[in-house]
Amino acid sequence: MITDDEVLHVARLARLALSGQEIAPMARELSAVLDHIARIGELDLDDVPPTSHVVEVSGALRADEPRPCLPREVALAQAPAVSDDGFLVPSPNA
Amino acid sequence: MSDGMLELTAVAAAAAIADGELSAEELFEAYRGRAAADRAAGEQGLNCFTWVAPEGSPADAASGPLAGLPIAVKDLFCTKDVPSQSGSRILEGYLPPYTATAVERLTGAGARLLAKTNQDEFAMGSSNENSAYGPVRNPWARTRVPGGSSGGSAAAVAAGLAPWALGTDTGGSIRQPAALCGVVGLKPTYGAVSRYGMIAFASSLDQAGPIARDVRDAALALSQMVGQDPCDATSLQFPEAIELPSAERLEGLRLGVPEELTSGAAGIEAGVQDAFRAALASAEELGAELSEVSLAHAPHALSAYYVLAPAEASSNLARFDGVRYGMRAEDADELLEMYTRTRHDGFGPEVKRRIMLGTYALSSGYYEAYYGRAQRVRTKISEDFSKAFEQVDLILTPTAPTVAFELGEKADDPLAMYLNDFCTVPMSLAGIPAISIPCGLAGGLPVGLQIAGPAFSENRLLEAAHALERALAFDGSAARV
Repeated sequence: MITDDEVLHVARLARLALSGQEIAPMARELSAVLDHIARIGELDLDDVPPTSHVVEVSGALRADEPRPCLPREVALAQAPAVSDDGFLVPSPNA
Repeated sequence: MSDGMLELTAVAAAAAIADGELSAEELFEAYRGRAAADRAAGEQGLNCFTWVAPEGSPADAASGPLAGLPIAVKDLFCTKDVPSQSGSRILEGYLPPYTATAVERLTGAGARLLAKTNQDEFAMGSSNENSAYGPVRNPWARTRVPGGSSGGSAAAVAAGLAPWALGTDTGGSIRQPAALCGVVGLKPTYGAVSRYGMIAFASSLDQAGPIARDVRDAALALSQMVGQDPCDATSLQFPEAIELPSAERLEGLRLGVPEELTSGAAGIEAGVQDAFRAALASAEELGAELSEVSLAHAPHALSAYYVLAPAEASSNLARFDGVRYGMRAEDADELLEMYTRTRHDGFGPEVKRRIMLGTYALSSGYYEAYYGRAQRVRTKISEDFSKAFEQVDLILTPTAPTVAFELGEKADDPLAMYLNDFCTVPMSLAGIPAISIPCGLAGGLPVGLQIAGPAFSENRLLEAAHALERALAFDGSAARV
């Protein structure tokens, strides 16, 4: 069973605010899913290599040639806040 | 010709347009009007769409094999200057500066963007109830779910609001809604279609594919989508052209039936079981050889998937932080607070749950027990398929364990919801192609037959699906609106 403290720890890692009422249901739901997942603990997997990707791709490189990138005004066009020619955010240490 | 044009398959409509018998403009306007009416009706309608092309939108000079055919596209495909929100509040109103390669290939072949389709938020869900823009209704029974996450695409095709649609599949998100809505859905081999411009969920699993009225339409769409893309380093050159299938018989084809994904123990309900067994009998009548195969680790696929996919999602969704695009929480005094509150307000409950699950599985002390083990299970699942494909050419299972369930029925039980993916997740983990075709009704609701094959066996898969589709003669007309 995941504790409320563990939920808050993981939420902090995930940069996710949770309200007081959201913590207990989250602990309960995560615990139920993790209990199901724990069944893979019963398998003997000692000598099995991990698969991170199903297709073998190597040397997938494009030609190293300069080309135009996204124009600055286009890159900034969808931002919630901009200042001059950059993204505007609140100060990290306000 | 305009009478009955909505009944035409995409293949037939393309031929009629090419022969000058049908006006592409008229066809587009007919579908556009139907889609716009559904959009205007909101949740009183089927709620299939999050955007519909405005009236009188200019048609590019259409040429190519898809000349003039309207296509609906799942919301999570970036479409330049057209809202692309991935079913999420956090991307409300987002207008991408570029178009996804899969969409560009289809429009480059002459297709025309008709609409963006509703979906579960960030493709996380099996019922379309996780959309920030309201649930989609199943056109067979409006109190029921269409499946997910490509629920809007599947419902739109079933209801005749679009001739065909693009979806994406991570653990079953094309196949399961296709099954629940009585249409055809194809998940290609991982890497066959570029992922560039798809708003990412789980990058080692996400794959784009068509949802269509019949198998030939799915083949036509896929034929224009495949191919290597310099913008997606995991995309591959497809080794052959995708052909329109024409097989009527299955002589010489060896079909495998895995006990692990087809028995009552797999949670397959009785009505689905009956329709599946009837489809197997049809395959035998067509001359196929049936045999049992073993996929011993397949019952563990769901557990592995619900570690790997959320882990990848927790990383992919880190980009939604209120800085570069999308919404930002108001009045945060400080940067960290802006991030955490934006993500709290912008993500729905299921997305939060998966971010939490993935972050937990990747966190210090748990990584090997969850992520490491899940990657090893993935290896075993791929090995099981490789062994099975030494004995048989294709594998058959039901697509989903149940028919469409009631809206709200599983909304409070994430695990029950995840079990919808039991039969589709193993193929996703192995990266192999699989198609769902309708194979009958149970209690008046469609049942899907899943056919899976080795990597790059799409042509064989399509031929077998086409022959079975003809023999089963499923009638989807009851879902048309």
